[in-house]
Amino acid sequence: MRNQIRQLVEFIRKEFYHIIRDPRSMLVLLGMPIVQIILFGFAITTEIRNSSIAILDNARDDATQNIISRMENSQYFSIQKDLINNDQVYTAFKTGKIKMAVVFEPGFAENLKHNNKAKVQILTDGSDPNNAVTLTNYASSIILDYQASYNQMQALPMAIETEMRMLYNPRLKGIYSSVPGVMGLILLLISAMMTSIAIVKEKEMGTMEVLLVSPVKPWLVVISKTVPYFALSLINVATILLLSVYVMGMPVMGNVILLFGVSTLYIFCSLALGIFISTNTSTQQAAMLASIMGLMLPVMLLSGYMFPVANMPVVLQVISNIIPAKWYIIMVKSIMIKGLGIGSIWKEILILNGMTLFFLLISIKRYKIRLS
Amino acid sequence: MEQTIIEVRNLTKQFGDFKAVNSISFDVRKGEIFGFLGANGAGKTTAMKMLIGISIPSAGEAKVAGFDVYKETEQIKKNIGYMSQKFSLYDDLTVRENITLFAGIYGLTDTEIAARTVELTNRLGIADEADKLVASLPLGWKQKLAFSIAVIHNPKIVFLDEPTGGVDPITRRQFWDMIYAAAAEGITVFVTTHYMDEAEYCNRVSIMVDGVIKALDSPARLMQQYNAKSMEEVFIILARGAKRSDN
Repeated sequence: MRNQIRQLVEFIRKEFYHIIRDPRSMLVLLGMPIVQIILFGFAITTEIRNSSIAILDNARDDATQNIISRMENSQYFSIQKDLINNDQVYTAFKTGKIKMAVVFEPGFAENLKHNNKAKVQILTDGSDPNNAVTLTNYASSIILDYQASYNQMQALPMAIETEMRMLYNPRLKGIYSSVPGVMGLILLLISAMMTSIAIVKEKEMGTMEVLLVSPVKPWLVVISKTVPYFALSLINVATILLLSVYVMGMPVMGNVILLFGVSTLYIFCSLALGIFISTNTSTQQAAMLASIMGLMLPVMLLSGYMFPVANMPVVLQVISNIIPAKWYIIMVKSIMIKGLGIGSIWKEILILNGMTLFFLLISIKRYKIRLS
Repeated sequence: MEQTIIEVRNLTKQFGDFKAVNSISFDVRKGEIFGFLGANGAGKTTAMKMLIGISIPSAGEAKVAGFDVYKETEQIKKNIGYMSQKFSLYDDLTVRENITLFAGIYGLTDTEIAARTVELTNRLGIADEADKLVASLPLGWKQKLAFSIAVIHNPKIVFLDEPTGGVDPITRRQFWDMIYAAAAEGITVFVTTHYMDEAEYCNRVSIMVDGVIKALDSPARLMQQYNAKSMEEVFIILARGAKRSDN
């Protein structure tokens, strides 16, 4: 037993040497989360600002002027054109100068006053659907805003009041969904992909054979491979959280220790996945490909990080349940954004525990088959 | 009476219908240099894997250093050294770190490791390179270092799987000097090779063809028996009828 502890220490030290002596890889591993967070936080964002729009105001009364000035002041839009007829609307779209056009019917204010009903048309460039939906939402919320203030003045009994409020993320900041997503992706990448590559590398180099012939226990070799990547992953969790709190202004509403706890669980699950991949591949390229196709793509597409799972076909929704990152991202969002405690995420914790156990068990089983 | 250190009886390894090793039997005596020859695909690597405890035989009996290859592989592993045909040290560790790692696996104490490191690097003439990365050493030195590390724990037997592949003739000669030195210290050497001139350096050789041992004796007597001038001729006579080959 004492000898095994000593072997383990020797092997863990060896693994750290492997990583430290490859500074380029280490730089990538530690720098990647920083680059991703900054990229998703500043450059790639789902918020839209200063979109060029055009206005066709057939009424030109105080109501339409009020709405237009609200739009102008909203920082979402910049009004490029004042149009005079319908034909100009289409021309403006065709030349690609505008993303949205707002058309007020003649006698807008009069209609509003007497019929309690006035029409405004919002036209968007549907060739860019995401953009179009977002712009429409911005515009209609401005119009609703105006309607609300108008109703207040009139104090009409039948006034329709629509209120829009974004819970937990009132300003719809993109960073709120990219921080949990980046965590899910980076931890998986480091824990699963790097571990599987490191284990397979020993097979490929022929050193694994020598170790198998030596009295060292194979599980000890595998465990020692996971330790440095576990440490690197925890460093990355800390880096991402520090960046998101102090640079991106996204606070951790819940318990930080709980957040580190579920991250540790997710790292364990990813390490188990990495070991599983390594028992099924024999070259580093194969391990990398399996990690990218089998892990990274599903995380990006099906974990709810980039595309909402609820809008997908049922088949994909079912498949998304077997992706560990999905459960982890749900937990990170619950803790970071909603400030929930362990009572609300016990189901996800159980699922991740189960997945970890499952991957470890089949890895051990496969390992035994291979030896005989 | 010479002691037997490896005892093999009807050892067989079958993959599906294919008998990679077909009921081989032989003994290796303590302290001898035993050459295990055969063409590619003849089954010598498969046979060796069963003896070093990383492959379970399909049938037959074998004892290595007195331990059973079915039940006592852990004991076997403690008593043997192994050098694979692929270079098997860590390139990104220094000479000293490689020695420490492998000596640690076999449970040598820190003082033993320190003493061994000095002795080993002096003998190989690489004392000044002890803290350099193994990647910076020329291939010949790497091979010699790999052999020294394979016997660092004074095993009863060392298994060498084509240890001199891709090495220049002078280094090969030096390598065999090291093998002789190890044998003189009482370590039994079990070596596979397809350099037939090297076969002549062995005390006894076996020649495997298509999964069976076709001949087993000292090189001199084999040459006499087959009326050949060299081991190469003996080998060609025996391997002529081979059906299995990689090429």
